[in-house]
Amino acid sequence: MAGVATTRRPRSLLKSAWDSKVLLLMCLPAVAFFVVFAYAPMPGAWIAFTNFNYRDGIFGSPFVGLRNFEFLIKSGQLWLLTRNTILYNVAFIVLGNILQIALAIMLNEIRLRYFKKISQTVMFLPYFISVVLIGVIAFNLFNYDTGAINSLIVATGGDPVKIYSTAGLWPFIIVAVQMWQSTGYGSIVYFAAIMGIDKTLFEAAAIDGASAWQRIRYVILPSLKPTFIILLLFSMGGIMHGNFGLFWNLVGNNAQLFATTDIIETAVYRMVMTQNNFTTSTAVGLYQSIFGFALVMTANWIVRRMNKDYALF
Amino acid sequence: MHSSETTAPGVVDVVTVVEGKKRRAKRNKQAKPRAVKLGASDYALRGISYVFVSLFAVFCLLPFVMIVSASFSAESEILRHGFGLFPRGFTMTAYEYIFKSPRQILGSYAVTVTMTVLGTAIGLFVISMTGFALYRKDFRFRNQISFFIYFTTLFSAGLAPTFIWVGSTLGLRGSYLAVFLQLLMTPWLIILMKNFMRTVPYEVIESGKVDGAGDFRIFAQLALPMMKPALATVGLFLAMGYWNEWYLSSLYLGSQVEFRPLQYHLYNIINTANALRNSVAGDNVTITNLPSNTLKMASAVVATAPVLLMYPFVQKYFVSGITVGAVKG
Repeated sequence: MAGVATTRRPRSLLKSAWDSKVLLLMCLPAVAFFVVFAYAPMPGAWIAFTNFNYRDGIFGSPFVGLRNFEFLIKSGQLWLLTRNTILYNVAFIVLGNILQIALAIMLNEIRLRYFKKISQTVMFLPYFISVVLIGVIAFNLFNYDTGAINSLIVATGGDPVKIYSTAGLWPFIIVAVQMWQSTGYGSIVYFAAIMGIDKTLFEAAAIDGASAWQRIRYVILPSLKPTFIILLLFSMGGIMHGNFGLFWNLVGNNAQLFATTDIIETAVYRMVMTQNNFTTSTAVGLYQSIFGFALVMTANWIVRRMNKDYALF
Repeated sequence: MHSSETTAPGVVDVVTVVEGKKRRAKRNKQAKPRAVKLGASDYALRGISYVFVSLFAVFCLLPFVMIVSASFSAESEILRHGFGLFPRGFTMTAYEYIFKSPRQILGSYAVTVTMTVLGTAIGLFVISMTGFALYRKDFRFRNQISFFIYFTTLFSAGLAPTFIWVGSTLGLRGSYLAVFLQLLMTPWLIILMKNFMRTVPYEVIESGKVDGAGDFRIFAQLALPMMKPALATVGLFLAMGYWNEWYLSSLYLGSQVEFRPLQYHLYNIINTANALRNSVAGDNVTITNLPSNTLKMASAVVATAPVLLMYPFVQKYFVSGITVGAVKG
């Protein structure tokens, strides 16, 4: 932009729009898509401040100020949803990155090419399949009558566990399933970063008599730091957003588990689909959007101050 | 000033990855790695690596094996012993039930295949056009349009307002269009495409301009043929989105359509007893003791088998999705 301006006279907006009309037209379908499906519904967030009913419409329904939010705060639901959403994400981020780095380091040690290829193919597979199939897997493993876990417990002489009504088990189950699904695929980025390390560094370390552990500690891990920071920032920005498909297909509408499994997305979906409650769900959604937006901005601002190159924008 | 040019929003620099690869290849050609004596700790690490990688690979594969085994098991054996690793009382009964009245499953297949093929084709066309325009440094509005698209990942209207807007105001409730249209593109796929474009040398575009080709012609005849890996990767993610779709169907289609998209059909079979009966019995609802456990597993196999068969062939593009895009979608 600036490069053009210094060499030529500043052109009017209309003139430059006319000059790039073909490129503008090429963007038009995508722009129209986001106008219709992302921007147009935004004014509808006004519902959060009304007592919405279909007959009066979004802007005709009675205005109630912040009452919907008051209700959410007083009932403790907003706190529960925020806590669950953030805690799950923190667990996913911390454990996920540790496992991904560990897996990438171990994959780098594998010398048999076919062994590496086949094991990687298998490990990416869970990320490829539909989340509905994960619900099938959960049914296969956890159901009370025929689940594989309970049949194993019974076969070894124990009493079957009512997994679908024991809320305390589910944080472990959900984190384990998330790790099962994403560790293999997530390790690709770290693996690529390790492959990019200058081989002479490893040779130098070996000549200096570094042990395998020292090689990891002083060569590999420092080289992974930039990748780690970028991925961490991406996930920090999304910390208010849960993986709806995973939670819904594992837990669904099972109220006995909500205390430990309900996240913002599942609560909003349930309010809309089963309770026809548009006001509270819009209020929760708006809270999530604004809070999430502020988090991305803050994270980006911090990273920008640390190192401009890593910033998102 | 130039930061907006070099770093697209939300993206790990693809150029460094690609250049890193090239440099590595060059280095490996030039100098053979000197044989370095391995110590005891190196052998230990290597041994541990083989063990853990094997274990994790098995762990990833196990659930699939269990589903397939269960689908070939006898219902009575499952009720007595529960699901296990191997088929008990091998039988094809569950599959016979599904294909005795295949109307439902074939209808679902038809819906999903149609949506996947059309959606991938149309989506690819629109995304590649947009990616091309946003990659053009001489495009006056590239930063504004990039931000306009990227902003939707930062802030969204939320489920309820979108649901009312698309379902009631646009009147798409009960229409396949509600699902089809909303899956056509994502900001992430457009950014991915734009990132991929950087592997097309800019001189190609300039030579086209010098020869007097219009922007669309440069795109269709010069850039597009060089973008095959990009098209394959973005196309794969689009196709996955359509094939795996169940969420929008649950919101906008519900029980208003006769044939649900495949994964939503499976979702209903797993979660509601009636869906299972209707899907295999059709009008003949006299069947009382359906082998429900094995039927669920067989339905899962039928709904997943095609993508599993394709997977080894498309895996390469699946991997480049994360190395080039590197945004957690």
